[in-house]
Parts: sequence; structure tokens; C-alpha cells
Amino acid sequence: MYGELKKSILKLLGAGTRLDGRKAFEFRGPIEIDYNFVNTAEGSARVRIGETEVIAGVKMEVGEPYPDNPDEGTIIVGAELLPMSSPEFELGPPGIQAIELARVVDRGIRESKTIDFKSLCIEEGKEVWLIIIDVISVNDAGNLLDAAALAALAALKNARFPKYEEGKVDYKEKTDRKIELRNQPIAITVVKIGSSLIVDPDSEEERATDARLTVTTLEDGTLCAMQKGGDTPLTKEEIEKMIDVAVEKGKELRGSL
Amino acid sequence: MTYSKRLDNRGFEETRPIEAKVGIIPNADGSAYFKIGNTWAYAAVYGPRNLHPKFLQDPQKGILRCNYNMMPFSSSNERVRPGGSRRSKEISMVTEKALLPVLDLKEYPNSVVDVFIELPQTEAGSRCAGICAASMALADAGLLMKDLVAAVSVGKVGSKLLVDLDYTEESYPDADVADIPVAMTPNLNQVTLLQMDGKVKKEDISKLLDMAKKTCMNIYELQKNALKEKYKADSQ
Repeated sequence: MYGELKKSILKLLGAGTRLDGRKAFEFRGPIEIDYNFVNTAEGSARVRIGETEVIAGVKMEVGEPYPDNPDEGTIIVGAELLPMSSPEFELGPPGIQAIELARVVDRGIRESKTIDFKSLCIEEGKEVWLIIIDVISVNDAGNLLDAAALAALAALKNARFPKYEEGKVDYKEKTDRKIELRNQPIAITVVKIGSSLIVDPDSEEERATDARLTVTTLEDGTLCAMQKGGDTPLTKEEIEKMIDVAVEKGKELRGSL
Repeated sequence: MTYSKRLDNRGFEETRPIEAKVGIIPNADGSAYFKIGNTWAYAAVYGPRNLHPKFLQDPQKGILRCNYNMMPFSSSNERVRPGGSRRSKEISMVTEKALLPVLDLKEYPNSVVDVFIELPQTEAGSRCAGICAASMALADAGLLMKDLVAAVSVGKVGSKLLVDLDYTEESYPDADVADIPVAMTPNLNQVTLLQMDGKVKKEDISKLLDMAKKTCMNIYELQKNALKEKYKADSQ
């Protein structure tokens, strides 16, 4: 269906450039992060990468801990790919793309132990904070995943706990208490088209994608989550190269926070 | 406490600050936001486009589909569960009826015009803000329209008649409150949305509709300016 499109993308990549003139490992610019974008959330951020735009909002609720971790709170990540943001998204429950996106964002934050879940405990076995991060798409011009992970982290960074007294959360009043973040996990998706690797694909490049690998990394180069996508397999050499790129580009995106 | 003055010092016929912008979502055929105080509505229009499943198609005219949705973090209380509620379904339906009279869908047989209204943050008046944004987005999409649609809530708190109730006024504890969202077509001078809850006398309704009309004319000017602004920017 996208045969002609793919042919011209491949031809350009062969000549060392892309449809919009970028280099292979160049993000669209400017990368914009607007903190505290939504005042009804406990924390929020809007991220724009080129024409791609997402909003992440953090809401906090008090709930019961899981019986196997009675002194730990937790995070919940939801993603909605709104039909407002692309002619290809439809109304209805989250499809597989939204579910995958939410789960990859979740793993990056959870597995890097960025949040100390024990610090979310109010009373062991009874009450803990649940941190609910929702990411929604406003305009999908490609690479929603990297934008979503960046927005989720930015929203966590500026979140403030609401007042909690006598078993009730007062959402009208925020306290000074922030969520302690021990790391800054950044997701970078490296895309393989033909034999070329690129980052930050736009919508056309996503359609031409053979394989992709999302790698979430920390400041010191530690990897904390990976997800391969696409129908085509990857070689060990390609995976190693993709990880190197993700660590490098992760530094760049972390710098924009 | 009797209600004699607005908490934010607005005049009784004064709205919260309004900001309107057209062309905010590049993927959409038309888009706009309408912000009134802390209530923000985004609207995106897709279409006229093919309608599936096919049995829904009307060979005589296109159909309009509206969907109103609050983003999960848009409430100043608990998180809004995604997936729509009875409330959002009803608002979607009355929004559709509020917009339909200005469209000429006979030009688009077998097609659908989808309007997606999304609210990033809310604090009263969200259905009206959604209608204002949607009407601008429909115009931005280049659809044939007889008029724009402007909307605002009017109402009564205690003995005062007022426009654009905010959250504290909608839920004022020690007074009778009436909340009346109204949408109007500024040029055709017709009412396309009317709901009300609370207690009010018929004489007051007449005065309130006049107040709504006056405010809708002001909103209409802001909507027109926002539309012109986009095309001014585009032609540069």
C-alpha cells in the first residue's frame, strides 16, 4: 500500500537524508516541554516534538495496597490515542497501539525504580498513594512513544501531592511535597527501514517501518526497558547499534527537561 | 452566606476571560480551542469522510457525529475514568443538536462529519465551551455553514441573574441555583441548545435569554476574529 512512499524514503536514506531533510539520528525540533500545563492535575506537561503533541497528567488517589506489598504504593499508566489526534484513531476502548504505549512507558518508570514505592505508603497494609499517569495524544505526527515517555516523566517531575486529611483527599489544595524521582528514564525508539536506522520517525516513516526498538535508558547508560516492534527481525549487531543510539539520544532529550 | 457579589469580582453579566484559537491540530480538517476561565475545550473535525459501516450511510445527506470527552486528568476532583459516561453521552447528543441547524449536510451524501471535543481541564461550563470550539472547527474545516454557534451558561444564584457560572456558583451552598446552558446562532437568532437545572421563574427565563443573547454576540465576535486570525497567518 505504501510501496512508492517506501521506495522514496529508502532512496533518500541511501543518500544520507530524509523526507524533511533531517539526518538519520536527528530529532525534529524544537522539542518543547510545557510544565504544569493543566491545572486540574496534580502534575502535568505538554510535549511537542515537531508537529507531534501529547499531554500527560498525573492524578493521585489513596487506595489499599496489594496484599503482597503492604507497604508500597504504585503507579498506573494509561494512554489514550484520541480520534481527535489522527484520522486513523477510532473511538472506543484502547487498541493495541495505546496499550503497548502505556505499558512501555510504565516499564521505563517502574523497572528503573525511579519512584520509591515505599515512599508512597501512608499506613502499612491500609493506605497507600496510587499515582495515575495518563498520556493522551493531541496530534500524532509520528513517534508518539518517545513523546509520551518524556511527557510522563515531565508530569511526574512537577507533581505535588494534594492535601490528605481524615481519610479524604482535598484536590483543591496541593501541598509542597513532590514525588521523589531517583532517575530520569528516557525512551528512544530507533526505527529500521531497509538497512538504515533512524530516530524520531514522522508518520510517513512509521508507515515504512520494518522494525523498531524502543530502549529506555538512565543517566549513567543503564538500560531499564526495551520493546521490539515491527514485522522484521533484527541482528545482534543492529540491536547493539540501536542501543548505542538510544543512550546518546537519551542524553539529548534528558537535557531538554 | 447570601450571594451578593461574585467571588472573582466579575460583573454579573461578565464572562470569565476567553481565549479562542483556530488551527491547533495539524492532522484534523478543522480544529480550534476555546478557553473560558479554567475550562478549556479542544475540538477537531474530520470529514466529510466515508462513513463505515455502510448501512449507516444516508444517500440524501451526510451525518454529523459529535463526541464530548473529558481527559482523565481534567477534573479538579478524582481522575475521570476513560471510556465515556452517561453524562458525556448526553452532552455529545445535545452538542450534535446544537450544531446541526447551521450545517448544510445535503452537500455530502453518504458521508460523515466527525467532531471530537476534548477537555484538557474543566471548571464549569464545559459543554458550552465545547460547542463554541466545535463551531469554529467546523468553519475551519471549510464546511458549508449558515451561521456559527455561540454558547454560554446563564443562571440565577440566590436573587441574582448572571452569565457564565463558575464552579463555586454552580454549587453555591446556601442559595437556590439555576444553571442554564444556552447555545445560539448569532445571525439567525435561534436557540439550538437549552438545558436547565435548578429553580427559576418564567419571568427570569425571559431576562436570562436576553442576557445569553448579548453574551453570545460577544463570543461570536471572538470566534470570527479567531477564524480570521488563522487565515491571516496562513496567507503570510
